[in-house]
Amino acid sequence: MVEWTDFERATIADIFSKMEYEVIGPAALSRCLVVYPWTQRYFGNFGNLYNAAAIIGNPLVAKHGTTILHGLDRAVKNMDNIKSEYAELSVLHSEKLHVDPDNFRLLSDCLTIVISAKLGKEFNGEVQAAFQKFLAVVVTSLGRQYH
Amino acid sequence: MLSKREKDLIAEVWTKLIPVAEDIGSDALTRMFATFPGTKTYFSHLDISPRSAHLLSHGEKIVLAIAEGAQDIDQLAVSLAPLQTLHAYQLRIDPTNFKLFSHCMLVALAAHMGDDFTPVVHAAIDKYLSAFAAVLAEKYR
Repeated sequence: MVEWTDFERATIADIFSKMEYEVIGPAALSRCLVVYPWTQRYFGNFGNLYNAAAIIGNPLVAKHGTTILHGLDRAVKNMDNIKSEYAELSVLHSEKLHVDPDNFRLLSDCLTIVISAKLGKEFNGEVQAAFQKFLAVVVTSLGRQYH
Repeated sequence: MLSKREKDLIAEVWTKLIPVAEDIGSDALTRMFATFPGTKTYFSHLDISPRSAHLLSHGEKIVLAIAEGAQDIDQLAVSLAPLQTLHAYQLRIDPTNFKLFSHCMLVALAAHMGDDFTPVVHAAIDKYLSAFAAVLAEKYR
């Protein structure tokens, strides 16, 4: 069982209560596709991913980025049981989508950086640590059902 | 692999960071200590409380070294030779930690540069820091 301090719970709740899903989601996914181009392998049917501008302007990337970010909502709502919340999604990513689980970490790193750019100084070391701990638990849970 | 355009971009970004070297450097270190507590084990001889004199001085040193390397990326192995020796024989920091620090440096840059830390800038600097870390670890074995 993951132990969360009051500060960590409050930090996660705060960040997500102010989250602009349609801005942050697309920004995080498109950043991942630009910074780690090999992640594009999973998006062969998304159309034009030819260069950074194309990726950032791609509406399918934007839509999917929003979807993924909303996927974190269930973890925010049930921080004490993240592992069970993602059991089904983990199976999906493994058996159907065949996504290398290391990609979850790459995306979560990009999300951290997007949030940092948005919040600036407010996203200090302590806040970053709480946010990354939260994402690390989600990442582990998503990889849990792979075999 | 860095294109010429990326190398110019990297040099430009890091030159602008020289005046705020101690702020960026100490911020990156503080983030790393908070997020990856195991990294603190290398600093038991220093006061690493946020913005301590030790932390500002150490952070400044690191950023200035990165900025210097950025001026001529093709010559990294030459310009980093003394630091290679230092890290291999004296500091012996496990190279996994270079990745952790690089990540926290990127987060610090994002907080500092906001929208200017675009995906293209992010990609270029991530590649540069990876290359820098690889050169730094070259004499380890």
